[in-house]
Amino acid sequence: MSGKPLLQMEDLRVQFHTDDGVVKAVDGISFALERGRTLGVVGESGSGKSVANMTILGLTRASNAEISGRIIFDGLDLMTLDPEGLQAVRGNQISMIFQDPLSSLHPFYKVGRQLVEAIEVHQEIDRKQASRRAVELLGLVGIPDAERRAGEYPHEFSGGMRQRAMIAMALANDPKLLIADEPTTALDVTTQAQILRLIERLQAEFQMAVIMITHDLGVIADVADDVMVMYAGRVVEAGTRDEIFYDPQHPYTWGLLGSLTRIDRPRTSRLAQISGQPPSLISPPEGCHFRPRCPHSFDRCSQTPALEQRSITPGHLDRCWLEPPRKQTLRVVSTGDIGLEDPAA
Amino acid sequence: MSPRRQAPDVATPSAAEIDASTPGGGDALLEVDHLVKHFPIKSGILIDREVGRVPAVDDVSFTVRRGETLGLVGESGCGKSTLSRTIMQLIKPTSGSVRFDGRELVGLSARRMRPVRRELQMIFQDPYASLNPRRRIAQIIGDPLALHGVRSGAERQRKVQELLERVGLSPEHYNRFPHEFSGGQRQRIGIARALALEPRLIVADEPVSALDVSIQAQIINLLDGLQDDFGLTYIFVAHDLGVVRHVSDRIAVMYMGKIVEIGPADAVYGNPIHPYTLSLLSAVPIPDPRQNRAREQIVLEGDVPSPADPPAACRFHTRCPYATEICAEVEPPLVDHGGGHWAACHHPLDREHREAVAAVVPSAS
Repeated sequence: MSGKPLLQMEDLRVQFHTDDGVVKAVDGISFALERGRTLGVVGESGSGKSVANMTILGLTRASNAEISGRIIFDGLDLMTLDPEGLQAVRGNQISMIFQDPLSSLHPFYKVGRQLVEAIEVHQEIDRKQASRRAVELLGLVGIPDAERRAGEYPHEFSGGMRQRAMIAMALANDPKLLIADEPTTALDVTTQAQILRLIERLQAEFQMAVIMITHDLGVIADVADDVMVMYAGRVVEAGTRDEIFYDPQHPYTWGLLGSLTRIDRPRTSRLAQISGQPPSLISPPEGCHFRPRCPHSFDRCSQTPALEQRSITPGHLDRCWLEPPRKQTLRVVSTGDIGLEDPAA
Repeated sequence: MSPRRQAPDVATPSAAEIDASTPGGGDALLEVDHLVKHFPIKSGILIDREVGRVPAVDDVSFTVRRGETLGLVGESGCGKSTLSRTIMQLIKPTSGSVRFDGRELVGLSARRMRPVRRELQMIFQDPYASLNPRRRIAQIIGDPLALHGVRSGAERQRKVQELLERVGLSPEHYNRFPHEFSGGQRQRIGIARALALEPRLIVADEPVSALDVSIQAQIINLLDGLQDDFGLTYIFVAHDLGVVRHVSDRIAVMYMGKIVEIGPADAVYGNPIHPYTLSLLSAVPIPDPRQNRAREQIVLEGDVPSPADPPAACRFHTRCPYATEICAEVEPPLVDHGGGHWAACHHPLDREHREAVAAVVPSAS
């Protein structure tokens, strides 16, 4: 790896003041992302994965929000930028695509016109050139008959086509970083496969870095180079894709892997589920947030474990007090797969 | 039927024919025969004119045996939800027959349908929309009991608390409102409500797709346990192929209103015959990086065609990598491939095809 990472997040904290109390949505996240790499962020609803990434683009700056930490992008400290400064970065050097492409497109304007607008905001070119570029982009993301399609409204597009149009818009200004927040969750599997292949192809072509936020470990296994597992506002485990899937260190990661219904394994009679529910972010449990749901917890878990290397692999970090050699036996359930609690026991 | 549609070239099999070829003969609890639901497309300002029809369910036949789970998979718009609602008689079918325990449901009046409803219950996808926010849990679960003759309040309360306990909720939560529960807990309430009248068949329409993975596993395990305890029969509708395989004994795959493949779960996933089934399986991302890299994915071109104007003959021919002329001319009927495994395709996949795309599903359970 040469030089500085493209994006560096240091101890990001995001809290929201509400009538019910202070919601600690993001509770100290740090990571670095190199150019051209894909970081997969996995976690369930309320884990803070979306809030952390929306904060990169200043989308969580609300009057009731309290944000601290540092986000350095390509030498630029994003946290210190004013709204105008952020505007220059947003949709230009960093683009974002969301889960629901229908609510991300304006229903009253033709798709082509919305693309033209995205181009004109950041580039000094005339309308004609921008229109030509818009059609070119729609073609690039695999929309057939792009010229005619540019003159249509979002409701005339199918779900997959809308997500393609969103990706075209995100790419309009050759971003260095694409943040994709559950981009395929609303899509059918065959369309999902199309969109994931498209993002992969464009990433290779334009040397973009990608942050892929998803709850689907299948998608992570498919596209990510590095993976961050989040739980209740914190990163509980981080490592390369293979480390997370083949040598997971945190019981929550075991639980996620065990909860999956997989088509690539013989069927089991019961799933190795995680009992209980995620904690309230207003009053999370002391110490390890996963403690109340973890069958392996012990006294020490009432203190918060730091996110650090505990296994033998450098760069593979986790937040769990269990002795690494013990983890290897604890995480295997009767089927030989990884799980949190043995469903047969 | 709209005039430009032709009658099928070969008669599609009836529920009884499909059932007869399936081993392990048990008696059928539900028989669906040549079921059709066409929605009219209307246009006009003062006078509605019918300008077309959407064949949401088109000549579908299958049986569900006592105590088994039939999984229904397909992508959005394939008609799986319409089919399940038509079975429940929540939508009136255009034609065809639905027999529950030997009794014909199509054409029953609302009054005569009511006693049958006791035995046929439904679990819905959205745990937020399917519970009345103004009613307490006791009422939500207790109402069906009251409607079906459990008059005594004390008796109802006891029953509701029993049900709450059985679905993994605290019986003390009896007087709470839905908003006090999380998504997974609400789904448990929906399940308790469905169980209240001791039904025999439960149609679960995407019961876990709105839930997080860890909660999904809890609900799947719960439904599994309930089936064993109460001898329930399930129709499990979902778009998630992994979930459907986990819960189902037999699986039906739908595409544009038709069943294109049906058979025992391990046969359909381990040895798919219809190219659509194979392309669905190959599109599922596998949570195992090495396997994911090793296999070859079939990425289908284009989108699902408009349901108002489905392709002629085989509806999948416009996207099928193996399509030839005949696929655009003659509609393939469902054909028996042995062991109760049926598929509607002119070019059924053989072993070579399947191995070439390295389907990774192990065939034995």
